[in-house]
Amino acid sequence: MPLQPLLPAAALAANMADLHPPLRPQEALVEANRCLYCFDAPCIMACPTGIDVPAFIKKIASGNPIGAAKTILTANILGASCARVCPTSVLCEGACVLDDRDEQPIQIGRLQRYATDYIEQRGLSVLSAPAKKTGKKVAVIGAGPAGLGCAAELARLGHGVTVFEKQPQAGGLNTYGIAYYKLKPEISLAEVALVQSLGVKIRCGVEVGRDLAVARLEQEFAAIFVGIGLGDAQRLRIPGEDLPEVRDALAFIEQLRTEPLDRVPVGRAVAVVGCGNTAIDAATQALRLGADSATIVYRRGEEDMSAYEFEYELAKADGVEFLFHTAPVEVLATDGHVCGLRLSRTVVNAAGKAEQVPNSEFNQAFDLVLMAVGQEKQIALLKQLFPALALDARGAIQRDPLTGQTTMPHVFTGGDCANGGREVVNAVGEGKKAAHGLHAFLTQATARPPIQPSRLGAKTGATGSGLLQPIRAHELEAQVKIPGASPGAFDKTAANSSDHNAIRA
Amino acid sequence: MADLSTNLAGIKSPNPFWVASGPPANTGYQAHRAFEAGWGGVVWKTIGTPIVNVSSRYSALNSGPTRMIGFNNIELISDRSPETNFREIAEVKKRWPHHAVIASLMVETREQWHEFVQRSADAGADGIELNYGCPHGMCERGMGSAVGQQPAVAEKITSWVMEAATIPVIVKLTPNITDVTMAARAAKRAGANAISLINTINSITNVNLDTFVPEPTVAGRSSHGGYCGPAVKPIALNMVQACAADPDVRLPISGIGGIANWRDAAEFLALGSTSLQVCTAIMHYGFRIVEDMNEGLSAYLDSKGMKSITELIGRSVPTLQKWETLDLHWQRVARIDYDTCIGCNLCYIACEDGAHQCIDLKSPEKLGVGLGPGRVPHKPVPKVREEDCVGCNLCSLVCPVDECITMTEIPNGQSPMSWSNYQEKLAKGEMKAIPPHP
Ligand SMILES: Cc1cc2nc3c(=O)[nH]c(=O)nc-3n(C[C@H](O)[C@H](O)[C@H](O)COP(=O)(O)OP(=O)(O)OC[C@H]3O[C@@H](n4cnc5c(N)ncnc54)[C@H](O)[C@@H]3O)c2cc1C
Ligand SMILES: Cc1cc2nc3c(=O)[nH]c(=O)nc-3n(C[C@H](O)[C@H](O)[C@H](O)COP(=O)(O)O)c2cc1C
Ligand code: SF4
Ligand code: SF4
Ligand code: SF4
Repeated sequence: MPLQPLLPAAALAANMADLHPPLRPQEALVEANRCLYCFDAPCIMACPTGIDVPAFIKKIASGNPIGAAKTILTANILGASCARVCPTSVLCEGACVLDDRDEQPIQIGRLQRYATDYIEQRGLSVLSAPAKKTGKKVAVIGAGPAGLGCAAELARLGHGVTVFEKQPQAGGLNTYGIAYYKLKPEISLAEVALVQSLGVKIRCGVEVGRDLAVARLEQEFAAIFVGIGLGDAQRLRIPGEDLPEVRDALAFIEQLRTEPLDRVPVGRAVAVVGCGNTAIDAATQALRLGADSATIVYRRGEEDMSAYEFEYELAKADGVEFLFHTAPVEVLATDGHVCGLRLSRTVVNAAGKAEQVPNSEFNQAFDLVLMAVGQEKQIALLKQLFPALALDARGAIQRDPLTGQTTMPHVFTGGDCANGGREVVNAVGEGKKAAHGLHAFLTQATARPPIQPSRLGAKTGATGSGLLQPIRAHELEAQVKIPGASPGAFDKTAANSSDHNAIRA
Repeated sequence: MADLSTNLAGIKSPNPFWVASGPPANTGYQAHRAFEAGWGGVVWKTIGTPIVNVSSRYSALNSGPTRMIGFNNIELISDRSPETNFREIAEVKKRWPHHAVIASLMVETREQWHEFVQRSADAGADGIELNYGCPHGMCERGMGSAVGQQPAVAEKITSWVMEAATIPVIVKLTPNITDVTMAARAAKRAGANAISLINTINSITNVNLDTFVPEPTVAGRSSHGGYCGPAVKPIALNMVQACAADPDVRLPISGIGGIANWRDAAEFLALGSTSLQVCTAIMHYGFRIVEDMNEGLSAYLDSKGMKSITELIGRSVPTLQKWETLDLHWQRVARIDYDTCIGCNLCYIACEDGAHQCIDLKSPEKLGVGLGPGRVPHKPVPKVREEDCVGCNLCSLVCPVDECITMTEIPNGQSPMSWSNYQEKLAKGEMKAIPPHP
């Protein structure tokens, strides 16, 4: 049977309401006054865009929310969406010193939302691009967080920027992929407008490589930033995968973010294959759309899942069921429509691989199967666009982590296509950092990022926080060996180390 | 963006925020850092014949988890040589020609004053501040507050200074005096160009109940210290306004005492300050706090449609008048917003035991206010008897919810009548005495 929408609009609006509601003014004031206003604070260090957290919180406390928003957006142009989508417990809030005094950390994300909402609701602008332009032009491929982060910073350094985006709207996964109850598409589109207000041109509906050749870009622009994110969903290659009710989880989420919620069809018994954050997002949203059950099918155990702890807790609270140590072997159908999955039990063998247990197969009824087993790397597209570009073993673009420069000197990169798939805030930070790399490439001069007050006079250097030397999260991570971790083992508490769609063999 | 630039008796600075004479203004290194962070001026740590300090110099008053709402010190003036201080002032001025650098001075004889005034000008200082305020140590040697507490002595010394001064002179006043305007008038008579206030207030912050010695303790003893920080702001505001309103003073004022953010600053400006000085808040958080001060003050002025801080300076001074001029007929009562009331009943017990017994506890069902946030069925909630409420404000001050109790003006149709009017009317037999409160 073809699938139907299940709930009326009012019920859907309630189910999809913000997971973390906005702080009321007095709440914000009380929370802001709890902050110790640390110097060279660990929360700044833990933010991949290096927002001066104590400075903006102090401004909220003093009754200067406009100044707070300025501090935030100066460091992170997507500060409004990051306030909602960042996994703060493994980033800024996880680093807050109050954790070490056995207190609740400051709710940095919600305070960040308070300040950015304040100016958004009043239509205030706090950023501007310089009137004097450098005359240099940069093309940005992809209008996701990385591309927007790069474009905004370039514009603020006085360069001309045109962004090319294949989708009808800009914003990347912020517009099309993040869970609805975390981030409404309108917030992402408002941020796109903010980037445009700095003079950035965005041309949507233009797919580079199909509608526009890279050679044309190279003629017209002095340099290129590649922020194309990850590719299509990976497939399992099992029989029945082409049935109409087997869907890519990302396509399912995209549909609910682009169509009125009461027109999005959903199954009554939904299976989600995979156990990363995307799988959790898909399962919880299926339930919120009215599914009777949502079951995550994962071939390994609970301890191996790559989803964050708080995402797992949310899924359990929402009533998501989990089938661990189980793998689908076939999608079952009646009359050409999905009626269930044939599943097999699995064990993790001595080599650490999950393998099927012989004769353990069983059937379970489902009417919708969502695939969330990871996004493809963009290897084919990158080979087509830039044949000379070097990729690493995972298929991510090789680049200098400090400048974003690739093996082709005029091509820079950042975001999911360069880091293999992380968070929105990493993408923004890497885009921003690449903008400084591009600035140096275009002008033969280093731009000094503004020194933020809470770092004034702090020791500088490559391992400093994002303020004097922007964005260090992943450099640091590369150096930090997780104690006791066996090679290849995954520590889901390590900051930034989640691969959103990951399922490991 | 409103214009924050400031001119105090000819001393110009890009904004009104100056580092007060104290530890943050001790060295050239600190002055450079302060200006980099955005401060508009620095009043150098008081220069004089170098002293020797004790170890263990500060103590503080905390309020719950909030540290240092009040701060106390037994430190003396600069322990560095005048040569070093004046050399660094010259260096700082060279690097920051458009920022204000003011030399704070404290010496004894007329000759010494003349010499130090001359050396300040030679170093390129934009002005001189005379420290008549330090309430510990220096006063035992006949300087600091020992001068400031005797207007005649202060006037004499100030006149010595004026004999030699070629740059503006600010007299810094001590609050440890019965009427600060007496000291301000003395400064005026001696020809000073401006006054600054307040210096620190005599204090003991706490006693260690195991050793019985107050903090800061020095080898089993302590000494009276100078008190400052957020807790002294109300005292400082009062003294600033008193000087600003005094027709016999009429000198520009540099306001000091508990300034920690742009709001405090705006209040000092409104009560008559032209520039502002900060010490404790910098000692707590560093020079970085000035970013929010500049930004917040500028945004505030913009929101009020003011183009520059001159439009704010002194704005509130005339609103303070003698008590006898206040309208006895004007009335306000407390009104509770039951949509935000959390039912803590602190307002009730405050009025019941600490004021005028005008709040009753009633069942929410009977009042028909329903259950608000955190309220429990049948648990009584406060209800103000407006006819008895004297409008003292106490309940609204204890209420832990912002804007939950509003003090609301009740127009009663009576024309205004002050105490003076009342006395006149009584004398003329135009009205009967108001009966005493029952
Ligand atoms: C389901 C899901 C949930 C997530 N939830 C969170 C979360 O809660 N919090 C969080 O921090 N992160 C989350 N992430 C991760 C986050 O969305 C990404 O890390 C981030 O969007 C990466 O930004 P990007 O700019 O690198 O890539 P993208 O956001 O993927 O943007 C790339 C853009 O490039 C465009 N593009 C691609 N090829 C071309 C071409 N040839 N020509 C023109 N344009 C092209 C694409 O259309 C797209 O708009 C989630 C990811 C997924 C998949
Ligand atoms: C440790 C310390 C040392 C000070 N030394 C001086 C000084 O040398 N000369 C002076 O004029 N005032 C001195 N002061 C007083 C300050 O300049 C200022 O008047 C006072 O602290 C009130 O401001 P605040 O509340 O911002 O600290 C000192 C204050 C402190 C806390
Ligand atoms: S670590 Fe915590 S307390 Fe310290 S500045 Fe950051 S948010 Fe505030
Ligand atoms: S603040 Fe500095 S000088 Fe003072 S006691 Fe601590 S370490 Fe010593
Ligand atoms: S003090 Fe405020 S919150 Fe508490 S009971 Fe009274 S009105 Fe309600």
